[in-house]
Amino acid sequence: MSSPFRKATRMLIFMCYVDCSMGELEVEKHANYILSVEKKKDDFESVVMEHLRINGAYWGLTTLDLLGKIDEVNSEEVVSWVMKCQHESGGFGGNIGHDPHLLYTLSAIQVLALFDKTNILDIDKVSNCILQHVFSYTATVTLWIHRIQAHIAGLQNEDGSFSGDMWGEVDTRFSYIAICSLALLHHLNKINVDKAVKYIVSCKNLDGGFGCTPGAESHAGQIFCCVGALAITGSLHHIDKNLLGWWLCERQVKSGGLNGRPEKLPDVGYSFEKCYVCYSWWVLSSLIIIDRVHWIDKEKLVKYILDCQDKEKGGISDRPDDAVDVFHTYFGVAVRIIWALHRLRSNHLGPRSTSFVDIERHTEVVPSSSGLSLLEYPGLKAIDPAYALPVDVVNRIFFGR
Amino acid sequence: MDSDEEDHRTPLSRRPEWSDVTPVRQNDGPNPVVPIAYREEFAETMDYFRAVYLADERSPRSLQLTSEAIHMNPGNYTVWQFRRLILEALNADLHDELDFIELIANDNSKNYQIWHHRRWVAEKLGTDAMSTELEFTKKIFFIDAKNYHAWSHRQALGGWEDELDYCQQLLEDDIFNNSAWNQRYFVVTKSPLLGGLEAMRESEVRYAVEAIIAKPENESPWRYLRGLYKDNAESWINDSQISSVCLKVLNSQINYIFALSMLLDLLCHGFQPGQEFKVAINALTSESDSPDSEFAKTVCSLLERVDPMRSNYWKWRKRTLPAQAV
Repeated sequence: MSSPFRKATRMLIFMCYVDCSMGELEVEKHANYILSVEKKKDDFESVVMEHLRINGAYWGLTTLDLLGKIDEVNSEEVVSWVMKCQHESGGFGGNIGHDPHLLYTLSAIQVLALFDKTNILDIDKVSNCILQHVFSYTATVTLWIHRIQAHIAGLQNEDGSFSGDMWGEVDTRFSYIAICSLALLHHLNKINVDKAVKYIVSCKNLDGGFGCTPGAESHAGQIFCCVGALAITGSLHHIDKNLLGWWLCERQVKSGGLNGRPEKLPDVGYSFEKCYVCYSWWVLSSLIIIDRVHWIDKEKLVKYILDCQDKEKGGISDRPDDAVDVFHTYFGVAVRIIWALHRLRSNHLGPRSTSFVDIERHTEVVPSSSGLSLLEYPGLKAIDPAYALPVDVVNRIFFGR
Repeated sequence: MDSDEEDHRTPLSRRPEWSDVTPVRQNDGPNPVVPIAYREEFAETMDYFRAVYLADERSPRSLQLTSEAIHMNPGNYTVWQFRRLILEALNADLHDELDFIELIANDNSKNYQIWHHRRWVAEKLGTDAMSTELEFTKKIFFIDAKNYHAWSHRQALGGWEDELDYCQQLLEDDIFNNSAWNQRYFVVTKSPLLGGLEAMRESEVRYAVEAIIAKPENESPWRYLRGLYKDNAESWINDSQISSVCLKVLNSQINYIFALSMLLDLLCHGFQPGQEFKVAINALTSESDSPDSEFAKTVCSLLERVDPMRSNYWKWRKRTLPAQAV
């Protein structure tokens, strides 16, 4: 592993630990902490952040908004910077001067949504660009598969899915990004939703989970994308909620943390290298969307977080680190922040010291006919698990309030 | 790249071949929202990259520069994208590119850009790429046998010939490898060479049962076993191999949660348990367990106790037992 990445990985682990110990801090300090993370000058950001700054901005700003502290950011500066990341094509790059990509385009739309500024976009242009991106990505893959397989007689799929249809071979991550972005722009009608849904459903496995393409292994990250996309398109009835719920709650391991798919369980304690942090967001959001979050052990989950805190002084540099994807790293950190804040919030509520009790209480109270359960805490905004945006932002977009 | 190598790196500003280029600094605007301090050599490389990118200079030195930039940060989408344009313009030997990707992938095998780039190159190379790509994924699996990108790459290739043997080999290395189990299912259900699920069922059930007996705590073969009876619950509950593997694990009294769980599923589908099951369950039940007149409820109570982490799930199962579960 290259040394910048080793450093980045250590930095990630460090940030996770710091974050775990935030329980006793005040909301004010959390906000400052996040702002300082964004401004921190070191190797981690220098190498890792430049090209995905817009993702970082999205997570940091969303967290600040959940805290009710988004006003401390100069929204005009953020919005003008975001708009400078936009390409002529309509799509957004990860930073100024970078090529546009679906991932960054979604983050840009989400950031603008936080500030109620999606109206400054040329929405037709942006949504067309999203469609083109999905298409060009798909085209590369489809062309590749087509060419390689063409010479093997009789391997053409019966359903003719190599027809070049843009939903033919799209990775379900892109299905989610496209569906979520277009929904936020009120342009979901630009795609054939039935077809997109049908494709996602074709990626459903016998364990109830979803993979990136038909037949691919179920994975918590892909499940989040598929469940999120199905929630947004009102298609949750395609999910076998009980089967998937069971698979998802089987992801909780002895330590109380969550993994992303079945694997050998460590005999003693847990190892940080599996980065359960990243999976937590995916598993939890999916469970919340299908209304089965009460099937996991909340106490154990909290204990797992406390275990991280205990290990703060442990030798992090000695860990054999997996090649950590930079997008995952910031993602994991941000999720951790949001988590710790949930915990902090519920600490303030009194003796019930686990936030997940509140999650459960809430999912039981709110009618889940829409399929979306919402997390709500007094003083801390609720987050919508499918759009990964504060609920009031989602409401403003879809209900004009 | 080791830190040693980085220390010996000659700055671009001191390399004669770059003397005609004026580096372009990152433009964060007058009041950057999230100001970032860049490490020197990375900043310099990116400054020169910006210069050639803006000038659209698709030259050998630009290609070399993208290699350096990718070494420092393989996650930068723009650099990869520009590299593809250069490769096309120079009509570069794409076999060399495969070597370059492999070098980068050794340290960053979970990077999305690498896999996208790999597919682009493989697509350009056409049918020649089939065997190299299968080999490439094997190399990746040697480092990380569960690499999701590599599995996705491999599945798209559809190289069926020795695939079942390859799954076998991976499972011999690690019987807990869920990706290999998934691939096994993929091959058994989709390979045009094997005759489909029905034809493969008997031997595959045997294989899964063996794996379960070896490690009953392994979730993957249990899921696999259920998958082999997709849409055919009738054969599933009537196949004596299924009930007997459950019984065998239950009687061993070790790591029997998945066996209990499958027994519960069997009961919910109308399986009629013999006396031997009642004896086995009885032996596992402790005095603290609330006695239930119904067998399926006893199984649920037992699961609640032995799998406390998911006790809410098992309670729900108990509340929602179908009528045919005895």
